[in-house]
Amino acid sequence: MADPWDLGLGHSLELGAWSLELSIAMTPLVCYLLLSALLFSIGLAGALTRRNAIIVLIGIELMLNAANLNFIAFWRYGEHPETLTGVMFAIFSIGVAAAEAAVGLALIIAVYRHYKTTNLDQVDSMKG
Amino acid sequence: MTELFDQLFVLLAHWLVGRFPVGLQPFIGAVISVGSIIAVFGLLFGITTVVERKMIARIQNRYGPNRVGLPFTDFRLFGFGQFIADGIKALTKEDVVPRAADQVVHFLAPLLLIVPVFLSYSVLPIGRNMVPIDMDAGLLFFFAVGAATELAVFMAGWSSRNKYSLLGAMRAIAQMISYEVPLILSTISVVMVVGSLSTVKIVEAQAGFSGPLPHWHVFTPWGFAGFVLFLIAAMAESNRSPFDLPEGESEIVAGYFIEYSGFKFAVFFLAEYLGMFAISGMAITLFLGGWTPPLALLAWVPSWCWFFGKLIGLVVFFIWVRGTVPRLRIDQLMNFAWKFMLPLSLMGIFAAGLWRFLPLGVVRWVVCSVLLLVAYALLGRGLAGGKPFAKRRYQYAE
Amino acid sequence: MIWIFVILAMVTLAGAMAALSQRHLVHCALCLVLALGGLAGLFLQLDAQFVGLAQILVYIGAVAILIVFAILLTRGSEPTQQSALTSSWVMGVSVAVLTFGSLAAGVLASHVIPWASNPKPNVATDVAVNRIGEKLMTDYVVPLEVVALLLTAALIGAVIIAMKEEPK
Repeated sequence: MADPWDLGLGHSLELGAWSLELSIAMTPLVCYLLLSALLFSIGLAGALTRRNAIIVLIGIELMLNAANLNFIAFWRYGEHPETLTGVMFAIFSIGVAAAEAAVGLALIIAVYRHYKTTNLDQVDSMKG
Repeated sequence: MTELFDQLFVLLAHWLVGRFPVGLQPFIGAVISVGSIIAVFGLLFGITTVVERKMIARIQNRYGPNRVGLPFTDFRLFGFGQFIADGIKALTKEDVVPRAADQVVHFLAPLLLIVPVFLSYSVLPIGRNMVPIDMDAGLLFFFAVGAATELAVFMAGWSSRNKYSLLGAMRAIAQMISYEVPLILSTISVVMVVGSLSTVKIVEAQAGFSGPLPHWHVFTPWGFAGFVLFLIAAMAESNRSPFDLPEGESEIVAGYFIEYSGFKFAVFFLAEYLGMFAISGMAITLFLGGWTPPLALLAWVPSWCWFFGKLIGLVVFFIWVRGTVPRLRIDQLMNFAWKFMLPLSLMGIFAAGLWRFLPLGVVRWVVCSVLLLVAYALLGRGLAGGKPFAKRRYQYAE
Repeated sequence: MIWIFVILAMVTLAGAMAALSQRHLVHCALCLVLALGGLAGLFLQLDAQFVGLAQILVYIGAVAILIVFAILLTRGSEPTQQSALTSSWVMGVSVAVLTFGSLAAGVLASHVIPWASNPKPNVATDVAVNRIGEKLMTDYVVPLEVVALLLTAALIGAVIIAMKEEPK
């Protein structure tokens, strides 16, 4: 019975003198964790490279969502799913993220009212 | 015999699904449920447009459309062929898209509006054993897809690059978000009493009779308050008069769907009416007992007949309100949602909690009713700004 | 089963990458909605019904609309002529690549994770929404009250911060 998740990557790579033993078991949990890590780093890249404050906030929301995915994946495939720990964490994380988005956007609007721009490179002085 | 009529469509669906090989059966079952929902509610939409125009016309002391009947014949059919004519007109009109509009978003907006509305029908129990999907969190699914329609409204309004369109979209979103809060809070009291988010269990919890009265939630004080609040919020969510400022023709030139013509406009229209049917269906499920009969001796009528009868009753009520009550201004609308309906729905939740823990009998009726009436009177008088009740003065053009 | 995961993952990643690379801000917000929708689908596939539906209700129905309002109120709907990236974008991208590298290496080299991945067959039936409610009111009641206070404070704070100041 072939496991549909078996992508046949459980081999070892030999690059000349270096023989790398990588036995990657691509179980469902590993797939979800890699996806969550990829989303997190995409969000981080966006938050660190874009100029506009609102896009930085979008990146932060993506990072929070990637962490939620991580929690739910561990809850589903880990030990003791009946204690619902991952689900609780995800619910509270969604609540906190909504509060943080509201306050962050209010701050961006207040800063815009003062500096007339949302460009982060130009909001660079503490002098009011 | 009554059992046969009651389960007629279920047996028909099972027979049809059984004709196909086993591997395809889930797929065919899904196609049958989806197809029948689209057919039934599409037909109901067509008939409702004509009934609405005729009812509003009669309220305004004129006839509505009464000439278009069956095509290619002389039968006038009291004007009920009008929706066929409107459908053909909408399908064959030229689709004009402004050159400055954002093409992709402009195209996707009607699609994104109609899909969640159809999705929301999948958790409504139309009869006994007649719910397309019995989800454990069915009520939450319904409100989640309702929230997804707000984004489509924004996309429609913004992509047209038209100031009136954007203004209408902003107002529509503000209105929808504001009225979503009392909508969901008034259902929390039902969920508390039933103990489940599944629509099937909510209907089954209202199936008993105590004396002549059924156990419908509308016949309890908190249920009645919740029902009234839910209906008002439902009218606001589907942008119907008196809350139709975002799409009023005399205010803002039809709001967020100005730049849509032809079939896309028909899709917006369809989405609004289907949304109205879906949310009335949810009101019936939550408060009016779903498919259960109001009197025990009327139990021989099939369950889906009761559901559709109640749905038609609610739709007629919506049309009646549209023809009677004037339009609210945007600040009146927002004040009403946040300062009147939100505290009243919180009091409804509190009253439902008291209902559960007080002893059965007259005590809990009196306490909960008094609580809700006092809250209503205080909020009403408080928000009226202290203006005293005075006799109305009519001034005629003499 | 795996094809549903692959399609949802592709949609989410495409939405995420588009959300952070478009020039026009409203397009960024709409691609974020696509990414969040894909994530909601992934949650539903992981049998977390309540979280997936709450994700649609809260993130797509409220947070995305908040972002869109902020974009419109800060005049973001006209695309700017300057470059969209900061001057130090190379550092940012390299930090992100390093982060992904270390996270992936941690996941793949772990001994615990492949063993802990037996899909438990009865997860969905054990988890009804009222168990979540029970847990919220018994084990997690203190975080629930704290989050309620936090949301109230955030609501009041956001209104006060974004309110127009009276001219003195």
